[in-house]
Amino acid sequence: MGDSPDSAAIEVDGLWKIFGPGAERVLEGDDRFLDPAALREKTGCTAAVRDVGFTVRPGEVFVVMGLSGSGKSTLVRCLIRLIEPTAGRISIDGEDIGRASPARLRDIRRHQVSMVFQHFGLLPHRRVIDNVAYGLEIQGMAKAARHARAAEILSLVGLDGHAGSYPDQLSGGMQQRVGLARALAVDPRVMLFDEPFSALDPLIRRDMQAEVIRLHREVGKTMVFITHDLSEALKLGERIAIMRDGRIVQVGTPEELVGAPADDYVADFVRDVPRSHVLTLRWICRDPEPGEPLDGPELPASTLVKDAIAAASASSRPIRVVDGDRLAGVVDRVDLLTFLSGLSHHPGPPSEDSGRDSGQDSGRARASA
Amino acid sequence: MSVAAVSSPSRPHLPRWAAPAGAVVLFAVAYLAFRGTATLPHDDEAAPFVAITELREWVDANKNSNPLFLYVVNYVRLLVGWIHVTLAGALHALGWPGLIGLMGAVGWATGGLRVGLLGVAGFAAFGVLGVWESSVDTLALVGTAVLLSLATGLPLGVWAGRSPRLRRALNPVLDVMQIMPTFAYLAPMVLFFQIGAPAGAVATMIYAIPPAIRITALAIDQVSPAAVEASTSLGATRWHTLRKVHLPLARSTMTLAVNQTIMMALSMVVIANLISAPGLGSDIIRGLSRQNVGIMLPAGLAIVVMAVVLDRTTMAAARRHRGDGGQPAGPRWTRVAGAAVLAGAGVTLTYALPAALVAGWPAGWVLPMAGPVNDAVRWAETTWYDVTESVKNVTSEVVLNPLQELLTSAPWWLVAAAVLLLARWASGWRPALTALGCLLAIALLGLWEHSMVTLSMVVVAVLAVLGVGLVLGVAAARSAWFSAVQRPLLDAAQTMPSFVYLLPALALFGPTKFTAIFASVIYAAPPVVRLVEEGVRKVPPAVVEAAVAAGSTPGQLLRKVQLPMARESILLAANQGIVLTLAMVVLGALVGGGALGYDVVSGFSQRTNFGMGFAAGVAIVLLGIMLDRITQGADRRPSPHRRMFR
Amino acid sequence: MKIRLLAGLLVLGLAAGCGGAKVEDTPTSAASPPATGASGGGTVKIAINPWVGYEASANVVAHLLKNELGYTVELPEIKEQLAWEGFETGDVDVIIENWGHPDLKKKFIEEKKVAQEAGSTGNKGVIGWYIPKWMADEHPGITDYKNLNKYAHLFRTSESGGKGQLLFGDPSYVSNEDALIKNLKLDLKVVTGGSEAALIKAAQQAQEQKKPLLFYFWDPHWLFSKTELVRVNLPAYTEGCDADPKKVACDYAEMDLDKIVSTKFAQSGGKAYELVKNFSWTNEDQNAVADDMTNNGMTGEQAAKKWIEANPAKWQAWIPK
Repeated sequence: MGDSPDSAAIEVDGLWKIFGPGAERVLEGDDRFLDPAALREKTGCTAAVRDVGFTVRPGEVFVVMGLSGSGKSTLVRCLIRLIEPTAGRISIDGEDIGRASPARLRDIRRHQVSMVFQHFGLLPHRRVIDNVAYGLEIQGMAKAARHARAAEILSLVGLDGHAGSYPDQLSGGMQQRVGLARALAVDPRVMLFDEPFSALDPLIRRDMQAEVIRLHREVGKTMVFITHDLSEALKLGERIAIMRDGRIVQVGTPEELVGAPADDYVADFVRDVPRSHVLTLRWICRDPEPGEPLDGPELPASTLVKDAIAAASASSRPIRVVDGDRLAGVVDRVDLLTFLSGLSHHPGPPSEDSGRDSGQDSGRARASA
Repeated sequence: MSVAAVSSPSRPHLPRWAAPAGAVVLFAVAYLAFRGTATLPHDDEAAPFVAITELREWVDANKNSNPLFLYVVNYVRLLVGWIHVTLAGALHALGWPGLIGLMGAVGWATGGLRVGLLGVAGFAAFGVLGVWESSVDTLALVGTAVLLSLATGLPLGVWAGRSPRLRRALNPVLDVMQIMPTFAYLAPMVLFFQIGAPAGAVATMIYAIPPAIRITALAIDQVSPAAVEASTSLGATRWHTLRKVHLPLARSTMTLAVNQTIMMALSMVVIANLISAPGLGSDIIRGLSRQNVGIMLPAGLAIVVMAVVLDRTTMAAARRHRGDGGQPAGPRWTRVAGAAVLAGAGVTLTYALPAALVAGWPAGWVLPMAGPVNDAVRWAETTWYDVTESVKNVTSEVVLNPLQELLTSAPWWLVAAAVLLLARWASGWRPALTALGCLLAIALLGLWEHSMVTLSMVVVAVLAVLGVGLVLGVAAARSAWFSAVQRPLLDAAQTMPSFVYLLPALALFGPTKFTAIFASVIYAAPPVVRLVEEGVRKVPPAVVEAAVAAGSTPGQLLRKVQLPMARESILLAANQGIVLTLAMVVLGALVGGGALGYDVVSGFSQRTNFGMGFAAGVAIVLLGIMLDRITQGADRRPSPHRRMFR
Repeated sequence: MKIRLLAGLLVLGLAAGCGGAKVEDTPTSAASPPATGASGGGTVKIAINPWVGYEASANVVAHLLKNELGYTVELPEIKEQLAWEGFETGDVDVIIENWGHPDLKKKFIEEKKVAQEAGSTGNKGVIGWYIPKWMADEHPGITDYKNLNKYAHLFRTSESGGKGQLLFGDPSYVSNEDALIKNLKLDLKVVTGGSEAALIKAAQQAQEQKKPLLFYFWDPHWLFSKTELVRVNLPAYTEGCDADPKKVACDYAEMDLDKIVSTKFAQSGGKAYELVKNFSWTNEDQNAVADDMTNNGMTGEQAAKKWIEANPAKWQAWIPK
């Protein structure tokens, strides 16, 4: 809980979204604790988001991951009230979104938060440049100025020379670049991505992911990224929240999720992740056994397991894993092979860390840590 | 159905046909036992008729003093009349060269040279056919009605597109408006607006407005939610989003609404001539009353030509907005320049040529058609006399008259029970009760007997239409060649206003009930054929492949796979067929159809019958709703928009 | 936006007179092309009722109005009773051949004062029931209504449902048929052919093919010179026997056909009104023109022209000085 809430870019607390008649009533009674099927059976309502809370730090890429129907798209829409939440508090840059007047809300949407959509949401009757300039246009910016800005953004996303095209003349990947440019054009502080690449081919998807990483480096926006693709989440997310049936099951860094799944659901999820690509030596090192030589190569604890293989194979001695100046433990070839073969027990968490436990309280605690 | 539901497992299972067969036997027995009792014979002096006639007399006496008329209705009439007079004045003032040039220009500008030439040729054809004046009158009336329809329909449609609540409220109203046979509109028009162009324009407007509202609402509703959401997410206001997202994206579909509105107006405007609105319908009515196909044909052709020209021009506009389907020939500036030159040339010609030449289409340029056409009709009449006569007589004696006898001599409660059961079986309780309610209302109106006669004609016509539809539809679905030949014919048939179908029927069969049935069969067949073909075609190729691989003969494939799987389309076709057939059977009163349709005609040609005519109009609507409800469950419309593009 | 609309409506209201809009208020007709040709005198609207004799009269008058007096003439197709309403709405100036209609005269001439009589057409008109002559020859006594039931089976058709068929014409025609059948207890059913043409065709077929036929018809008509028809004798007409339309049990009266014009036209129609008022000709004249129109392939205009060229003395007397 190091950061104070004031410095959080987005803060969500106790957020509920229930679709259907009498949503308020459901929320007040005990029905809200029913599981989704029982709730629908009893009240005809669907609880898409249930008591969700998290915090996103400025400049962070925060990924919300879940299968379809887990409520993640509803969640992201609630952030700027494209869908009106049933209950809960949302603040962006310290401002309470729930209390914003329609005019203020529009203002926030115009200047502070912008969104990239799964199906692009481009206007087919407008040229690319006018699509990109749309947000500026409704802000009332003069044509010349907004076109200049849009052209700038177009070259930032690598669409030089396509300003005059119509969206349907572009490939899917290029269309989403337009969507990206449109969101960027208004220079928001926060960008929301709703499964932006799930409609694209795998190769193009990889390019686009790289593009987002690059943009994040260059423009440093706070980003909330929705996806159902675990590898995308692991690749982009500094922290990842996993949603199931409207709840957040766990929030953590990629290695926390892989290394210490909060429950069987998450564990099942991350089962096929090549752990050597996600976990660091911190997760597999052990205390040196008595008499074990401690003059082997030295690697930092944050080294990915896969990157340690070369060093381990070059030396017959155990590798010394160091965390700063402190010796965190050792890893030898056998340890590595056991880990890679998957025969080992679930790797233990680093003893210093608050470690694995279940429930979202801890998840939230970690999220704001 | 109900019997089957009652049967308990302990009793032996009845075969599936037992319940319906039992019901049929039951009804037959009841009919034989009670026939001739509890019939409701027609009486020209029935209380509702007299009441309505008196109401009319009251309106007549008070329309210059009652505030509703003094300050509302009469102003509407004045306003509509003013629009029409202005429009007609403008069109006539253009003169024929000006108007032809202008139409060509509009076509050129929207669809390129070819559409422009079509406009020029089409409008020139009005002159060549010898019906220039009437055509311009019709054009003015259509223009007035379309302007009014769009002025009210488009905003309403936009609103309905964004407000599901309004849409739910409007839907049943629009449904009734679309089921309502054109004929039924006329008597109330006379009541409120007297006769003449304003009444005709208002009637046409009411008829033409549903597609304007529906298609617009659909267009707005169909705008990609992603685009709307994106716009909202960027902080756009509702107005912004409407103007910059909804309207531009809906524009091409909305052009289709304009197109459909024009088409509907064209088919109604002719009928509006029955209440003395000017135009081509006048010529058709003259032809009908003289049984002179030679007089009717040029007017009928002119309407078809007008429909084709306006259809192609507005469709070209729709396609252009859509931005796909290839740009029209030539770059933009040639189109605009060409259009300007054409329009300019036309108008200049009007004022440059000697006034006598421009005053009307030159008589020497008219193609005399009446003579040869009448000769041809006479030839057909005499040559085919035996065939047509025997077809007509056999159908009448063997099918139509017995059915009519059955329906009119059965007790009313027996017919009502049959309708209730049938509707319950086909569509469920709610529609069944609505159907029953309609039927009872008809009885209360005092139009039972005539409604039964009309019903018998509709039943015969629908069976014939379905027969024709199945044969042609299946043939088209199975043979690409046949389909390709048939398609343009169907296209043309569907652009034709309903009135025109009376011509060939009258020429062949003279004025009888059978004529009305024949006309309604050819009128309702095209959409039915289409739906059947579509249904059979939509059967997944994988299923057909599997059936063929299993060794089905083509006949088995059709009977056991394609037709059962096309069931929904076929039932929808039946529903559509019924609605269209009713409209035409009623119109058939003009060629001897009798019954309800005749009551309507007689209602506005004999003052003392006004009440009966008015009530008959209502009865037609009730009959339409009843038939629709009986069959609607079968078609199980998944969306209210399904029938939109008919 | 709304306010402007309201203001617009208000202005419209004021323009039409503060007392609201009356039915007679009609937007001035600009539906005709700008005055062209000879010394234009305006537009005359003569309603066209659906029988050829009427059309013959209308066409002759129209031809004279156009070519002798320089008027523009419109001939809107409007049925009898609707045409009377046209006097009120301004859609009709002239009905050139009116068959009685005392009720309409009372309403529109006496009560509403929107129309007035413009004298006789010179034609004598009578409506009646007719059969082809060969039937009268073959079936003695058939021309007496009392024997009609005896022969009713002869007139049965597929349309008449077991009774004898009495073929009727256009729905708008003057008709006592339903009352007559009821009050005289006849075993007949009215079947509406829908038009004059249907009647003529049926009559011709009845003669040529010896098909039995009983039908509604009227004189003057050219058909009598081509087909031999015999009138069925209904109970003779007596003054006032047709006063109550529901209780009519007598034949139609012989009528002096007359002309009706709108009051507006009578007041401001000038020479056109004079011409309409002066117009008067014989049944033979009308039949000649009607015959040309129906059987000699002429349009109304051509037939009128032919008669006018052949009978200058007659029409010159109608032309106002």
